[in-house]
Order: sequence, then structure tokens, then C-alpha cells
Amino acid sequence: MPPFSVSLPLLLASAPAADDPAVRFIRLLTVFLLAMWVGFEVIMKVPQRLHTPLTSGSNAISGITAVGAIVVAGSLATGTGTLLGLLGVVLAMINVVGGFVVTHRMLEMFNPKKK
Amino acid sequence: MSSQAWINLAYLVASMLFIVAFKLMTGPRTAVKGNYLGAAGMAIALIAACCEAPVIERLRNAGPGALVMVGIAAAIGAVVGALMAIKYPMTGMPQMVALLNGFGGAASALVAGAELWNMTAAARATPADPSALQNLTPWTQFAIATALTGLIGAVTFWGSFVAFAKLEELPRFKKAWTDPNRHWINLALALATLLLIGGVCAYPQSILLYWLLVIVGSVLGCTLTMPIGGADMPVVICLLNSYSGLAAAAAGFVIENNVLVIAGSLVGASGLILTAIMCQAMNRSLVGVLFGGLGTTAVANADDVYAGKVKSASAEEIAMVLEGASRVVIVPGYGLAVAQAQHAVRELANALEKRGCTVEYAIHPVAGRMPGHMNVLLAEADIPYEKLREMDDINPTFPETDVAIVIGANDVVNPAARTDPKSPIAGMPILDVDKARTVVVVKRSLSPGFAGIPNPLFAADNTLMYFADGKKAILDLTAALEMG
Repeated sequence: MPPFSVSLPLLLASAPAADDPAVRFIRLLTVFLLAMWVGFEVIMKVPQRLHTPLTSGSNAISGITAVGAIVVAGSLATGTGTLLGLLGVVLAMINVVGGFVVTHRMLEMFNPKKK
Repeated sequence: MSSQAWINLAYLVASMLFIVAFKLMTGPRTAVKGNYLGAAGMAIALIAACCEAPVIERLRNAGPGALVMVGIAAAIGAVVGALMAIKYPMTGMPQMVALLNGFGGAASALVAGAELWNMTAAARATPADPSALQNLTPWTQFAIATALTGLIGAVTFWGSFVAFAKLEELPRFKKAWTDPNRHWINLALALATLLLIGGVCAYPQSILLYWLLVIVGSVLGCTLTMPIGGADMPVVICLLNSYSGLAAAAAGFVIENNVLVIAGSLVGASGLILTAIMCQAMNRSLVGVLFGGLGTTAVANADDVYAGKVKSASAEEIAMVLEGASRVVIVPGYGLAVAQAQHAVRELANALEKRGCTVEYAIHPVAGRMPGHMNVLLAEADIPYEKLREMDDINPTFPETDVAIVIGANDVVNPAARTDPKSPIAGMPILDVDKARTVVVVKRSLSPGFAGIPNPLFAADNTLMYFADGKKAILDLTAALEMG
């Protein structure tokens, strides 16, 4: 197992059970469902003209998978795994940087002072 | 505090920044700040990832080679992404976002594939040793997450690629794929993915099963997106965006990383909400968009609707109508984006405003090929966003509007949605331009819009048709107005 421990829900983390995979899975599931809930609540009321920047901004954030790609590519000893991870880093970084820059370009156009 | 605790704290800070970024993105004045905060959160998370224990361990044992390679890969990705984002013309934003989205999905599938390779290395090296396999058994939950990451990632990548090809109007993808057997093909593919997910969970050491799942998912991504018509693209892009978030969240389960789970589910949730908003705006169910295509029953014959009633007008005639107008509402549609007429529209509005006329823009929620497409397009031409009015806001003002100018829009102004309960678009909220005193429709021909139905608006008594390319039409109209 990877040695990462998960500490965000500190209250849920109890040392003796931390090695039980089911406990770790349910801890991740808790985080997942709570974050989904936050996502629903935050996005509920969005003005229509911001739909495009919001779509592309959230698109950039979905490139967070770069974090996973970096850990995998930076830590694996086997050739194939590293190669897959490195390709993942390239694609995810295109997503991240492209996403934030495109969003910035779009939002700049809504700014009446600039240009 | 151990170094792992610091890393997790950094992930927590990044997660909070993402949530605040989303919150700020929902307001027009705070959105730019929101985007910066999102980027800052991403930077923190990426730096923390480089300090993860397995990365540092590798650094100590095998030198900086791996980390340097990661740095090079990240730099390549960053430069390519930035170039794409800066070079691509603003009018092509929908396909740009689709493409970037697809890369994120593919990256998640690769991460899960690499992690699976790593986890099962021992079991594969000693196939005869049952204890190596036994060590994998408590791993079932994570095998499910791995399989789902591969599947969703593959569907996202190929679905986004098809969406890109459709929006870019590549000839091979221009027409929707309407093979009558497509539902059976999709069903067969879906069953195959279920079997393969079971296979990955039962035999995680058989890496081939995972890649087979990715391949079937890739085909499914194509066959699910190809039948969807261009006008439904806003819905598809939102949905694919949601998928890419869910793929990242699933990858978070695989490598047990909270920041992936949190950021991924935020994106997944926001994409789902936007998808629901889009569907609502079209009065269609998500299932209808994804699998339906519009019904073709009871479509009025175009000849009966238009026969002898369509009045065509020249630029000079329309300029005369505009000269007497005190309130004009411009209704942009996808045709405006195709004709690249946004700057011409701005000039026409300037000419009208110089004559003391009020000009506003009515934006239908699904005008264009992506949510908010028209807003971005008009903003590019420096049209102040206070003048862009949403549908519910502007509909009551049409009876007091002297002239409504419809440019390249069709189904979203079709009064049949309101009046004909048998129409395929019955009940879809529309812009009530037919209630304006005069309606000018700039369009190349009487050809139907995406719904494939004739538009009684074009034959209405108060409608003048102006048959021309959108940009040329508006330029001629502005010239005629300034001459008069």
C-alpha cells in the first residue's frame, strides 16, 4: 500500500484502524460526498453570462489529477509505470495551465476597464 | 509534525482555495480573483505532490532523475497548454475547453493505470506465490476505483475529442451519427464495461484487463457522443466536464489522496448542476439529449408555413425602420459566431445609440454551442455586459420594443414552442421576439435550425427577412443607417 496517510478528516482518523482498507475507503467516501455537497451548494446560483468561464475554470481544477501523476511518476521504480505517469503529468499540466489561461482571457473580456 | 502532516496540510489549504475559487467564480466582479485563487491552490497542491514521501524516498535512493523527468514533463505540458490557450481564437472557445477537458480525463486514466501497475508488480513477478496475491485481496474497493477511473477517463477523453471535432466542424464528424442500431451497440459496450470492471476487481494483477476496459471505454465515449447534434453541445460539454472531475475524484480514491477527491467532486458537482440548467433551458431531459434526438412526428410542412407570407427586405428598407426606432433588442445566435459578426454588431449598436436609440441584447441560455457562448462573443467586441440581458429578464420588454433584430438564431425564437403543443420543441422557453413591433431576421436562407422544423416567426406579419451572410448584412445595414 502507498504510505500516504489521509489526515483531512482528523476527527475520523484513528490510529489503530488506519490500516484497515475499508476504513480508509469510507474515509475517502466521506470526503467525496461532503465535497460533492459543497459543490452543489456553491454552484446553485450562477449568472448565465459566467457559465463559460465557470465551465473552463472548473475544467482547469479537474487537472488536479496532475498531483497523482507527479507522485506516481516521481516514485515508481518500474519503467512502464513511470512512463504512464510522465505522460499523465504532460496531459494534466496542459489541462491545468490551458484551463486557467483560457478562463483568464475570457474573464478579461468581461472587464470593461481593460482593453 | 511529520513531513506527511505538512503535505496534508498543504492539500487542505489547496482544497479550501478551490472551494473559495468556485464561490468567487459565481459573481461577475469576483470571478477574476476566483480564477487566481484556483491557480494558487493548484500551485500549492503541485508543490506538495513533489514533496510526497515516495517521491522524496526515490530522490534519496536513486538520485534526482525521476524528479527532473517530472519537471520536464510538467514544463512541456504547461508550455503546450499556455500556447493553446493564447493562440486559439476566442470564437473557438467551446472546442478549446472540450479539448483541454479531454486531456484531464486521459491523465486520470493514466494515473490509475500506472498505480495499478505498481501495486500489482509483486503479484505479477511471482505468479506462483499465493501470498503475493493474497496481499491484494483487501484491495477490492480500490480496484473498483481504479476500474472506474480508467472507464470514466477514457469516456471523457474520447467523448471530448468527438465534441471538439464536431465543434470544429471537421467534415467526418459534421453529421450526427444516426444508425438505428446505435442503442444496441451502446448497450453491448456498456455490458462489456461492466464485465471488465468485474474482471479488474477479480484479477487486478492482469493488467491487460484494465487496458481492455480503457479501450472499450474509448469506443463508448465515441459512440455516445457521435449521435448528439451540434445544438446540444452545451449540455455535452458540461457533462464531459463533470466526468473529468469524477475521473479525478476516482483517481483520488486509487492513490488515496484527499485533494484529488475534493477538487474532483467539486468539478463533478458543478458540471452536473450546469448540465441540469442547460437541459431545463431547452425543456428537455438529459436522457432525451443523450439518447433521443428530437421526435419527428407532426412536423408542419415548411411550404404551408411560409407560402407567400415571407417578406424579404433590403438593407435600405430595414435602415428606414431602424431610423424611427427608440428601443432595439438584438438577439444573437450561433449564426453570429459562425459569421464572426460580433464587431459589426457593436458598430451597428453604436450607430443606433448615436441616434438616441436604446440597444440591448437578449441572450437565450442555450444560444451558441456552449453555456454563455454569446456572452463571451459579445464581450470580445467590447459590448458592456450590463446590456446583455437574460431571457426571463428581457421577455416582458418585447411588447415595448420597436425592432428586434435576430441574427443567426432560429429555434430559440420559434413561437411554435409557445403556441403549438404538438411541436417537437413545445414548452421550450423561448425569447418572445414575435411580440416586438417589428422583427428583422438576418439569416442566409429559410433552412430550419437544429430542431428541423419551420419557424412561423419568419412568415409573421411584423417580420422582415434579410437574407444575407450575418457579417455583411450588419455592415451594409450600418452603412445604410449612417447614410440616411
